[in-house]
Amino acid sequence: MATNPDVDPVTGRTTTGHEWDGLRELNTPLPNWWFYTFMATIVFALGMFVLMPAIPLWGTHTTGLLGYSPRAQVDRAVANIAAQRAVFMDRIAALSFDDIRKDPELLTMAQNAGRITFGINCQPCHGPGGEGRIGYPALGDDVWLWGGTVAQIQQTITHGIRSTDDPDTHQSQMPAFGKDGVLKPDQIQQVADYVMTLYGTPVAGANPAPGAQIFADNCAPCHGDKGQGNRDVGAAPLASHIHLYPGTRDEVVAQVTNPHHGVMPAWGKKLDPATIKSLTLYVHALGGGE
Amino acid sequence: MSPQQAQAALEADEAEALYAPRVRVYSARVRGPFRRAKWAILIACLSIYYVLPWIRWDRGPNAPNQAVLLDIWNERFWFFNLEFWPNEIYYLTGLLIAAAVSLFLVTSVLGRVWCGYTCPQTVWTDLFMFVERRLEGDRNARLRQDAGPLTLELAARKMAKHTIWLAIAFWTGGAWIMYFVNAPNAVRAFWGGYASTEVYLFTGIFTLTTYLLAGWAREQVCMYMCPWPRFQSAMLDEQSITTTYQAWRGEPRGKLKTKEVHGDCIDCGACAHACPTGVDIREGIQLGCINCGLCIDACNTIMEKIGRPKWLITWDTLADQAAKAAGKHQPFRFWRLRTMIYATLLVVAGIAMATAVTTRPGIKLVALHDRAPLFLRISDGSFRNGYTVKVSNKSLQPVVFELHTTKLPGATLTVAEENRPAELQRLTVGPDQVGTFRILVGAMLTPGQMGSTPFDFVLKDTTSGETATYRAYFLSPAPR
Repeated sequence: MATNPDVDPVTGRTTTGHEWDGLRELNTPLPNWWFYTFMATIVFALGMFVLMPAIPLWGTHTTGLLGYSPRAQVDRAVANIAAQRAVFMDRIAALSFDDIRKDPELLTMAQNAGRITFGINCQPCHGPGGEGRIGYPALGDDVWLWGGTVAQIQQTITHGIRSTDDPDTHQSQMPAFGKDGVLKPDQIQQVADYVMTLYGTPVAGANPAPGAQIFADNCAPCHGDKGQGNRDVGAAPLASHIHLYPGTRDEVVAQVTNPHHGVMPAWGKKLDPATIKSLTLYVHALGGGE
Repeated sequence: MSPQQAQAALEADEAEALYAPRVRVYSARVRGPFRRAKWAILIACLSIYYVLPWIRWDRGPNAPNQAVLLDIWNERFWFFNLEFWPNEIYYLTGLLIAAAVSLFLVTSVLGRVWCGYTCPQTVWTDLFMFVERRLEGDRNARLRQDAGPLTLELAARKMAKHTIWLAIAFWTGGAWIMYFVNAPNAVRAFWGGYASTEVYLFTGIFTLTTYLLAGWAREQVCMYMCPWPRFQSAMLDEQSITTTYQAWRGEPRGKLKTKEVHGDCIDCGACAHACPTGVDIREGIQLGCINCGLCIDACNTIMEKIGRPKWLITWDTLADQAAKAAGKHQPFRFWRLRTMIYATLLVVAGIAMATAVTTRPGIKLVALHDRAPLFLRISDGSFRNGYTVKVSNKSLQPVVFELHTTKLPGATLTVAEENRPAELQRLTVGPDQVGTFRILVGAMLTPGQMGSTPFDFVLKDTTSGETATYRAYFLSPAPR
């Protein structure tokens, strides 16, 4: 046996026959059970091929004898979650805002539902955190055009602002003082100088007195004698540091001449009452709620 | 082909086979101090394992009363007076480091005593071998029976053996589950048929693995599955005390009743027959040796019988053996560079762990600034920033916390849902819970404060008086 070419002369052990650049691998036999275990895993894999979805075909695949489908599992899970959620949403629909607030678990559910609804429907205009944009009011500050109590917020969300398809929507219209010739251009310039004093950023050297009289005659009926605004007609407070449109004199002139009129959809047409209630609680908690 | 050629070809084939049948180990019964030590350690380890989950520990009404409970469902881990939350997982890291270094230290001093005495694979295998010996007899009887035909009586004995093995395995798997659920409830639920699927599944898995690993796989686990023997050689050196055959005393070996002069080893094979992993210690330190010392007991028994000095196989260092072969003696050196490093690491890890656990705070405060909006202006010209404040109450009672700010003069805090601005807000957090609050901070800023202003949230536990602070930033438009 000494002539067996597969025996390593140094160790006297056989080799596997594998050779790399003159280095040969000694044969260290694995136990048979190891080999059988490996074979068993192959058999197991073949079984899984038959039992489970395995082979991709054009536009479809083999479904396997067990009929396992992750898509069906997701459908079941979604239906399950919807059923669980329905229990909470039914309670939110039935209870008053005060009663919802008394139940921490229900309030958390309402806040989460409101947050998700806000992200889908409100965020495009009001921003991801309700911070607003030019022409779209911030919801977290202390200024409200149409009121910041839960009842007022719920009313505004449900019926919208100047919505064409809802008779209960908030309606108001600021006259186009310049375009319709109610005020002359130099009067508009004077009233703008006065409004800038309300904004807290008076124009240097300007005399606000003539503008104050024009304001009292034309603007105070809606915006208030001190510029405090009027929520019944959605008139913005002018004695404030924050504004729906940029707080510049040019913008004041533009608004008095030919005003913007913001709109908001009547969400009651699209969202169910429980969802609107949840959304109301979420918006109320953004920081401006009254 | 001649018969001789055929025989040669067959032998060559056998030699070249890449797989080999397993050589079954029939270990013989042994008596002696190391066997007794193994029994004592086995009883101690198994007692701890089976009994620990049943120890009750009164923590009051808001917490489980099981001394050791890894409550994964509720994300709480209880060890007697200590409670850990998942975010304290780094204590486990510290414990594992300490455990690993202890193992290194013990291995560099005493070789693989962990493997030989305390490893669960060894402990359960030992127990299963005990059952086997009681039912099927000692080594020689089992060898004879297994070589002969399967009689009805032998089949009955084997059936009884497997039944007892499975019973022990089931008890082991069941006990494992008890560490993760309340033990008495779990037992009632298990036999009532209303335990969770996970409880049945894991009991089944651990029953099966215990039965297979301790009953069937045994030394194959140590030889082929376990990584530890593969790198134990990095821990050992010539100063490590291991089970050693004193070749200078035993060789040349020879039968007792021969006329030739030979060493103390009479080649009776008792040491190899006693070995639970089937190695021959006379071939020196090797992968299969788990340093249990049963061969020492076996050899001492023989040496006593034939009137030769005991300890032909003994615990000794390679260095001392080399010296003894030359007629000298090399005393054991505990302190070597590696033991110093391991011991230092162990002390450092131990002190760090003990300090961290004993000084860990009972409350925790985190304030996350809103991403959008970063700030909001209010009609009076002040600014408001929103934060999600998380307050961890690690005590087992509800606690009222007081939250205020420092370094931001005139700042007011508002809990978002409540709309009641105040300099100080009281927040209630339930026992063993994290309270999450949306806090709006309002401040009128001077021109110099515009931009990013650092300030601190300060939280006070009104029960214990403990405080926690969190550095936050108040954002507003940067000055131009």
